[in-house]
Amino acid sequence: MRWKTDSYAGWGRALRATGDLARPDRRADLDSAIAPAIGKRRSYGDAALNDGGRAIDMTRLDSILSFDEDTGLLEIEAGMQLGDIVRVFSPRGWLPPVLPGTGFATVGGAIGMDVHGKNHHNAGSFGQHVTRIRLLQGDQRRTITPRNRALWQATLGGLGQTGIILSATIQMKRCAGPVMTVTERRAEGWDEHIAMLDASTASYCVGWIDATATGQALGRGIVEEAEPARGLIPRRGAPKAVPLDAPHFALSAPIVKAFNALYYRRVPDHGRTVVRSMPDFFFPLDKIHDWNRLYGKRGFHQFQCVVPLGEKDRLRDMLDLIAGSGLASPLAVLKRMGAGRAGYLSFPMEGYTLAVDFPARAEAPDLIATLEQMTVAAGGRLYLAKDALATGERIKAMYPDWPKWRDAVNAADPDHLLETDMTRRLTLRSPA
Amino acid sequence: MTDTWIILGATSGMARAFIRDMAEEGHGLILCGRKQEVMEEIANDCRARGAGFVDLMPIDMRDPDSFAPIVEKASGLSGMTNVAVFTGTMPPQDQIDANPALIDGTIADSFTGPARFLTLIAPQLEQRGGGSIVGITSVAGDRGRLGNYVYGAAKGGFATYLSGLRNKLGRAGVHVMTVKPGPVDTPMTWDLGKQPFMTTPEAVSADIRRGLKRRRNVIYTAKIWALIMLVIRMIPEPIFKKMSF
Ligand SMILES: Cc1cc2nc3c(=O)[nH]c(=O)nc-3n(C[C@H](O)[C@H](O)[C@H](O)COP(=O)(O)OP(=O)(O)OC[C@H]3O[C@@H](n4cnc5c(N)ncnc54)[C@H](O)[C@@H]3O)c2cc1C
Ligand SMILES: NC(=O)c1ccc[n+]([C@@H]2O[C@H](COP(=O)([O-])OP(=O)(O)OC[C@H]3O[C@@H](n4cnc5c(N)ncnc54)[C@H](OP(=O)(O)O)[C@@H]3O)[C@@H](O)[C@H]2O)c1
Repeated sequence: MRWKTDSYAGWGRALRATGDLARPDRRADLDSAIAPAIGKRRSYGDAALNDGGRAIDMTRLDSILSFDEDTGLLEIEAGMQLGDIVRVFSPRGWLPPVLPGTGFATVGGAIGMDVHGKNHHNAGSFGQHVTRIRLLQGDQRRTITPRNRALWQATLGGLGQTGIILSATIQMKRCAGPVMTVTERRAEGWDEHIAMLDASTASYCVGWIDATATGQALGRGIVEEAEPARGLIPRRGAPKAVPLDAPHFALSAPIVKAFNALYYRRVPDHGRTVVRSMPDFFFPLDKIHDWNRLYGKRGFHQFQCVVPLGEKDRLRDMLDLIAGSGLASPLAVLKRMGAGRAGYLSFPMEGYTLAVDFPARAEAPDLIATLEQMTVAAGGRLYLAKDALATGERIKAMYPDWPKWRDAVNAADPDHLLETDMTRRLTLRSPA
Repeated sequence: MTDTWIILGATSGMARAFIRDMAEEGHGLILCGRKQEVMEEIANDCRARGAGFVDLMPIDMRDPDSFAPIVEKASGLSGMTNVAVFTGTMPPQDQIDANPALIDGTIADSFTGPARFLTLIAPQLEQRGGGSIVGITSVAGDRGRLGNYVYGAAKGGFATYLSGLRNKLGRAGVHVMTVKPGPVDTPMTWDLGKQPFMTTPEAVSADIRRGLKRRRNVIYTAKIWALIMLVIRMIPEPIFKKMSF
């Protein structure tokens, strides 16, 4: 492998690293797991960073290995992006069972974070549809399945700490056609929003929330419900790119407020049903490449927590705090989650999840710390794919299976070659 | 009816996206290269993406005896035959200065090998009265410069050959397109440090396909390089010879 020294960042760009990177182009180039593997670095914080060390970029090991048209079992290399799987297979009537909000996420990253999608309430997490994984541990290749119990559960959502994921087999799902019919309705406030999410029977369901609305309008937003369908694929405009870091006022409070109001009114008050292409529905933000640059040089943070169903009032309190802070950005999501999760450190729990972006301004860490405290009090947890600021103590308290994960991981990688900035920051591989 | 794309240099980092795109469009592929094992990985991937068929053929640009079997294989196929040439090597100029024998191989990989192959297969395309030839050259071929002028000479030679071939085959309805990439994010450029206006194999493929559709003669990718090279070509030689970049 050829190494180069470079500086790189998580998606939020608030955390950076400088270190040696390799990006093998061919399977044979990758002969041993001497450094953590990283995907498209769509994790916001430091999960895919290794400051002062090495990291192996897996994005060019992205071949399809096999697909069985009868069973829907798809074996792909870890660097393949989920959006590419959608592009190749949805016209043939198959869809990955779980898709996060960006099609750039790789299979390795989707496993490393055990990602969830807009159908989590009925499909569970990504890892629950993975049937086998090829791992590179040291210079040994091995295949693991759910039968490898502890190692399996430490790998799914396991931050890449059990070995480099070379390839995986996933159970694809039949879909009716290559487009989505999407029904959008306004929710005028918090209670209505929650009630609509609770009542939904759609396969895919998510709420967009205007995190700047206060008072009566607190929690207002748009609930989106969708089903795959037959039809003609609507034309998608060519992707746009953000060429430069935006000035810091680009996402200032008045602009965000105006944007959110427009976004909300876009949907007529009696709602509407539209047909969207798969990428437009699943990955709306991917249309603007490098949109993270809109937050300027300092970058941004995303806070995402989940709280149990019974704690929705505490979630409302969090939203109240956020709306009052004047810090929130246009992108806020509220979703009802099911219980499905595949690994010891998987994020999902049955309840409601809220995700909000904050520019990395001086006030942000304090606000986020308060929100973390409120999450703990509600018996909820933070999502490691988004976290950049938490402490190890807090995370360990949220993840009761953490000791099992640590033991399995330390057995799988005894020399700690796969540690990242995140595992060090959160002391996830230490005895306590 | 599926068309066939013959890819010379199928293991090229730049070709990866173009090959996949052709597979996803359902074309047949004849992948030609030196590394059988790597080509089998690529072939497997292309089949899963929907390629009409995938065949593998060994080729070595420095061994013209390896050309005829490929040309023969293509002659037995129905539909249009198309060729894309991605082969090339770029030994550092200082290594060449120390070992001039490297010049022959550099010229063969980028110019004389491809030219001999295309000359051999051209009558087939002429006869069918269609098809496309895509030749990857380089912005380095537009003007000889300090850092890589042997490589540049090979690319420049190939570009001139392609322009003549276009002149000849255009009469028979065959489309010959010269593709001049600036830096592309492949293993070739991975550890060369920050490159100006770097593009990706995916964007190169998109540009090639757009060029094919519009039957363009010469394209630059990324596009901005057309402008940059226009300026660079206009610098008078007395000034240019003193520049080092
Ligand atoms: C716009 C946007 C929307 C998003 N929406 C959602 C969503 O709806 N639901 C959700 O769950 N997440 C969501 N995410 C988060 C994203 O899905 C995860 O961060 C995912 O892990 C990103 O994949 P990646 O390939 O970029 O992985 P990276 O961020 O590069 O890596 C993630 C982790 O996986 C490990 N890893 C990656 N590849 C390998 C490998 N081959 N072997 C071993 N370990 C590996 C890394 O070490 C790291 O710990 C979103 C992110 C963005 C930017
Ligand atoms: N990357 C750039 O920035 C850039 C910019 C401008 C132009 N180019 C040109 O674009 C083309 C593709 O480049 P790339 O970046 O994809 O580089 P690459 O990955 O090194 O690809 C070069 C290809 O040429 C093949 N090749 C070399 N010598 C050969 C020979 N004697 N016989 C058969 N095949 C031979 C290689 O095969 P093996 O795998 O067997 O070695 C490989 O498939 C090259 O012509 C290059 O000069 C590249």
